[in-house]
Formats: sequence, C-alpha cells, structure tokens
Amino acid sequence: MDPALLQRHGDFEWHIAPIGGMHVPAIIYADEALIRDMDDKVYEQVTNVARLPGIVKASYAMPDAHWGYGFPIGGVAAFDPDAGGIVSAGGVGFDISCGVRTMLTGLKREDIEPKKEELAEALYASVPVGMGSTGQIRLSPDEMDAMLDGGAQWAVERGYGDASDLERVEERGRMAGARPDFVSDKAKSRQRDEMGTLGSGNHYLEVQVVAELFDPQSAAAFGLNEGEVVVSIHCGSRGLGHQIGTEYLRDMALAAAEHGITLPDRELACAPIASDIGQRYLGAMRAGINCALANRQIIGHLAREVFARFFPQARLDLLFDVSHNTCKLEEHVVDGQPRRLYVHRKGATRAYGPGHPDLPAALRPVGQPVLIGGSMGTSSYVLVGTPESEARAFSSACHGAGRSLSRHAAVKRWRGQQIVEELAQRGIIVRSPSWRGIAEEAPGAYKDSEAVVNAADRAALARKVARLDPMVCIKG
Amino acid sequence: MRSTVGSPAAGWCHFTHGADIGVCGFGPTRESAFEQGATALMAAITDEPVAQQERVRISCEAPDDELLFVEWLNALIFEMATRHMLFGAFSVTIRGHRLEAEASGERIDPARHRPAVEVKGATYTALKVTRQPDGLWLAQCVVDV
Repeated sequence: MDPALLQRHGDFEWHIAPIGGMHVPAIIYADEALIRDMDDKVYEQVTNVARLPGIVKASYAMPDAHWGYGFPIGGVAAFDPDAGGIVSAGGVGFDISCGVRTMLTGLKREDIEPKKEELAEALYASVPVGMGSTGQIRLSPDEMDAMLDGGAQWAVERGYGDASDLERVEERGRMAGARPDFVSDKAKSRQRDEMGTLGSGNHYLEVQVVAELFDPQSAAAFGLNEGEVVVSIHCGSRGLGHQIGTEYLRDMALAAAEHGITLPDRELACAPIASDIGQRYLGAMRAGINCALANRQIIGHLAREVFARFFPQARLDLLFDVSHNTCKLEEHVVDGQPRRLYVHRKGATRAYGPGHPDLPAALRPVGQPVLIGGSMGTSSYVLVGTPESEARAFSSACHGAGRSLSRHAAVKRWRGQQIVEELAQRGIIVRSPSWRGIAEEAPGAYKDSEAVVNAADRAALARKVARLDPMVCIKG
Repeated sequence: MRSTVGSPAAGWCHFTHGADIGVCGFGPTRESAFEQGATALMAAITDEPVAQQERVRISCEAPDDELLFVEWLNALIFEMATRHMLFGAFSVTIRGHRLEAEASGERIDPARHRPAVEVKGATYTALKVTRQPDGLWLAQCVVDV
C-alpha cells in the first residue's frame, strides 16, 4: 500500500478521511514499512467497512492487517444497535472465536530438553490434529446443546480442567446469550467427532520458553519468568464454527437487500443487529464462541495429562485464553459518554487495560494478557492491554503476523522434510501429519511478527511483555 | 499467479490469495467447470489419488450461478467433514440454478492422503462464474483454510 494514499498522524497511525459513502474515517495502526508491505486490498476493505450502517468512531486496521473476507483480517469495527448498526458474519469469520490459550508450567528449559522428543511424541499422540482426525468425546444432542451454552464452564463440569481456569478465560469461560437452537443440525453434525481436536492450517500446540522480558513488572504479575516453559494452544470452534459462518454468510448476503443494505462486497454480508437474522446470528455465533472455549479447555486438559506423565510436579496453570474472531457487546466510552456497542474483531484480539472490571482480580491492576501467536518456528509474544487502548481501537490489538507468501508459493519454495530438519537443528521439534502442510506453514512464509508487535506497542494498542520461543510444535 | 492442470479444454487451477487458496475450474459447460472446481478443491487438500469407492449424492440451489458454485463447494466440504471422506470424481447436472451431483470418493486415510489443510468453507472472495471469450466456462472462488 502506498503511504501517500493515507494521512499520517505520527509514526504509527494513518487515516483515511471519509469519502464516497464512508460514515467514519478509517484508521490503520502500523509503521511505514508495514504500511508499504500491506496489500492494497486492506485499503479497499477498511474503507468498505466504514460504509456500513451504524459504525461508530472509525473502521480500524491493526498492524498485521491483510486481505480478508469483507473485513480485513486485523479489522476492528463497532456498531451501535440504536443507530441501525449491523452485525456481520464476515466481520467474525469462519473460525468463530479462534484464539490462543497459554499455560504456565513452572518448568525450566533444561527440565524439558532431555525429554523433548518423547514429550513431542506424547503430545502428538494425545491431541488429535489434522483433517480426518477425531476426538474421543461424542456428545449426545442434549450434551451438544449444553456445551454450546456452557463453553469452558461446561468442560470443567465434565472434568476437563479446573474451576480456577475459568477466571482466566474471556467471559469467565462462558459466552452469555448463546442460542444452541439457532445453530443448525448440520453445524452440530459437523462438530460431532471434532470435540478436543486441534484442526489444521495454522493451528498448533506449542511448548515454548520465555526467551525475553520487556516489561518485568507485568511479566511477574502474569507469572512469566525468563527461561521457564509455557504451553500455548491456537485453535477455534472447529467444524461447528465453520458451518455457522458458512450458513449465516449466505443468509445475510441473500437478505441484505430486504434490509436496505447495499453491499459493496458480498463478503461484507451483514444484517441490522435488531433484525431477526441479526439476532439469530448473534445467538449462533455466541454458541460458536462457547464451542471454541470448550475445545481449548479440553485440549488444555489433554496437554496437562501428558505433562503429568513426564513432570508430575508441574501444574500448568492457565495464564489466559483470548479469542480473535468475535463480535461482542461491550461498553466503551465514546466522546466522554459510555455506549454499548457491538465490537467486531476479525483477526484482532481484545486488549482490556488495567482496571477493567471484566478482568480477574489478580490481573486487574496490570491489564489483560494479549497472546500473539507466531508461526511455526518463530517467536510468539505476550502483550498487555494499555490504558490508552480503549481510545485507540475499542481495546483491541493485533493477533499475529500474516503471511508473506501464499501457500502455493511456499510449497514451491520449501519441502516439509527440509523445514523439519532445519527446525530440529535449531532445537525445535515439529510433529505434523502432512509434509505439505508443514511446507505451507514454513516460518519464511510469514511476516515478521516482531515488527507487528513493536508497532502495536508503539501505537499504544498493547504493551510488549515477553517473547516466547518454540521448543516443540504440534501442527495439523 | 495461477497454476493450471488439465487440457486446454477442461482443467482446474489454484490461484494466489494471501492466507488461503483460490480454486478454479474451467470447461466447455457450466457443469464441467463446477466439476473441475471441485477437483481443484480436493487438490488443495491432498496430492494423493483418491479412490472411487463410495458415492454421495448432493443437491443444492441458489439464486445465481456464483452463489450456486459456493453452495456446491460448501456441500462437498460438509460431506467431507461429516463422512470423513475425500472425493476424486464428480458428475454435475445443473438445471436453472439447481444442482444435482454425484461425488465419488473414499474414507480419508491420514497416513496415506496426508491432508495438508482442512477447508473451513468456500467464500465469496474472487467469486466468478462466467463464460470466457474462448467459450470455456470458468468457476472460481477462494476457500478458507
């Protein structure tokens, strides 16, 4: 993207003034290098979002913004239900509530190293990954609905993890307002065999070492100590979420005209929040969120069981669990007034600052952990929500780095076995059912997450706390 | 960037899209373009041959050809997910905007098929169903992986 298309407001903030039907400006947070590296579609999509009815303040793009479906990935937009605001299935995406969970082991790198290969094999054997894998859990129709209503709370009640986990999960582990009855039988059948599975593509379970601390005070509050090991899980709502996204995207696209909505892009399919289809989508989407929260709770439990075999003394306490594809009703201050808004974060992470009432007591003085996953073989980061973040972008931050090479180009450049060998030489053990999948996820195929995280920090979206480097990577 | 497989008369291709994969099919009829598009979808998942051991009937409809193509791919994605199958051959009939098809395939064997990705859904991005100047029909869209 040519920076000359944008109005520069400092080194990390770029505006597009309202033109051609935009109700609000578009604001992109990034440094100039990231702007130049962004595809031109981001400009088109962030301005298209600004044209949607009821949008409040601005259409935002995070430092990792790239071409998405209607919304840019890395897009944030809030809508006022009392001003004809909309909800968009494209603004949430197919993988509803995809997110990251990070658990603290209390172990040191040197505890893991002698057992790393065995640990990798055990995790790979215990956590179903990849297309065609199935979970151990089969839910009856009543249990399916209970899971869709209860989320991680349901999972804890069924013996997966501990009640103390729940305060470290967004929404205390249960998204209120879920309507399992608005989730189709097809979506539920697609989930039938997938509870407790990791999925594929860029989903992973990683054993990581805390490699560097940037904010020792916040790190201490989070329980992050240099040289200690954490476990991170990146996955979402699996087939159920994908089917909800598929069905409601279609239904909203077909219904747009009857609601008087002209879609500049069919992918922006949306409906008034107050409409029947808008309410049905919200109910189904919230059920999808619960499915993702339950899924990560189950996988976290599976990881704990494996670690217990090797390190009986390790607890794997949950640091936090964040989601980055959601639409949530939240209260935010706009022009000095509190307003209840539907905030879409498409490939963006909520980043509540210190003092937010939704944070657990132990974290409230510090702010919310923001977990930014790296790609396979690259660093992940932990950030913390800032006091400024609400005003910057409704308390939102980035979620990753985005690809620099297409899957097709990555497979042409690398072989999966080559990647595994190179990473092994760096001390990183990778397990995956597909060589081609590994090649598609090669570290070199992704942008530099450090640059994205630095920009988020400098733009005051969230502050850097720690860098995590991979030791073991289980990939679908 | 596109990579094309097949003959000049009918074939499939993948095209570049940032995070995901563009699939396209082309052929002398709408139906053959849809069949080839399905082949492109399967090729995004696996490079291995898929045996034709089991047949699944699929029907769907939509207000226009483009939405119909997305419905077709999403119906295949649903069948793959719930039957744990991959498909290797397709026979499509389209009357108006209603599609009837038979897809032939086998149960997925992760050790043999080594699926690279799991397709979440077909999207409206780069969605196009059109008859090109050379007379061939083209059907394409991006699929979210």
